[in-house]
Amino acid sequence: MTANLLKRLAEVRKSRDVARLADAIPYARWMRIAPENGTGELLTRMRYHSDLIGNTMLPAIHGGTLGAMLEMAAIFHLLWETETETVPKIVNITVDYLRSARPLDVIASAKVTKQGRRMVNVFAEAWQDDRSKPVATANAHFLVTSSDDAPPSL
Amino acid sequence: MAKPSLTTPEERVAFFQQLFSDTIPHNKALGLKVIAVARGLACMQLDWREELVGNPITGVIAGGPLTAMLDACCGMAVATMLKEPMPFATLDLRIDYAKPAAPRQPVIAEAECYRVTQSVAFTRAFAHQGDPKDPVAAAAGTFMLGTKGKVMQAQSLGRAIKS
Repeated sequence: MTANLLKRLAEVRKSRDVARLADAIPYARWMRIAPENGTGELLTRMRYHSDLIGNTMLPAIHGGTLGAMLEMAAIFHLLWETETETVPKIVNITVDYLRSARPLDVIASAKVTKQGRRMVNVFAEAWQDDRSKPVATANAHFLVTSSDDAPPSL
Repeated sequence: MAKPSLTTPEERVAFFQQLFSDTIPHNKALGLKVIAVARGLACMQLDWREELVGNPITGVIAGGPLTAMLDACCGMAVATMLKEPMPFATLDLRIDYAKPAAPRQPVIAEAECYRVTQSVAFTRAFAHQGDPKDPVAAAAGTFMLGTKGKVMQAQSLGRAIKS
């Protein structure tokens, strides 16, 4: 089963169409989360829709959805930017909430802080209309050697 | 909304279901169900749905819905502790993924708010599929109290809970 995902990944890499990474993930489609690389930098976008709202008074996007999209951004980054031979398996994620997220698209970037033999530490950052004002950041650990278990998130 | 009497556990759960799931669009979209509530404690259920799947080959649910449920459940535990209604917001949330959730089975989250200060509330939570000793995920969340904006109904629960 992991082999199928990696085969699909190889096909997507060959096509250079990074948005196809999200096509196979029902949750990403439902949340309207997809990677894009129009600017040459891999970014992940969560398109605003009213189901994302968590606070109707402000209004603001639900914190859980920001955590979810930061996690997806980290996974897409690992799948696309690293020569992974296995599907990364998330171990944990810590999300810091910096500002309330308004009813707009959320965009995230990710980078590998430390690449180990078995473990990768990834930092991800999400913003809306102003990249210098992030709404949330996250650090996540992924196991990249075990190919037996399917990770919870992919 | 009429002031609830909340004399039975069923009435209390129905009241919290309305406030915490039905009036919060993303909780409603996930289909979160409130199954128990007490002072400092909240318990919710997330049913398996094809749309929430992260791996279409295994049918295992994505990490995102668990993150959203644990955030919501910790937030509800905070709301039960507040004597005066006030707006609050998640400051940080850590999720440890202990093991993949078994597909096609509901996930249950149990959250505890164990300390409230003037500005910050501290919570922890577990997600499991029937056996709390065998969790799918663990969470620790802190919440900033008295944030800006008007208070939501879901943030004014403390007085509806008898200690």
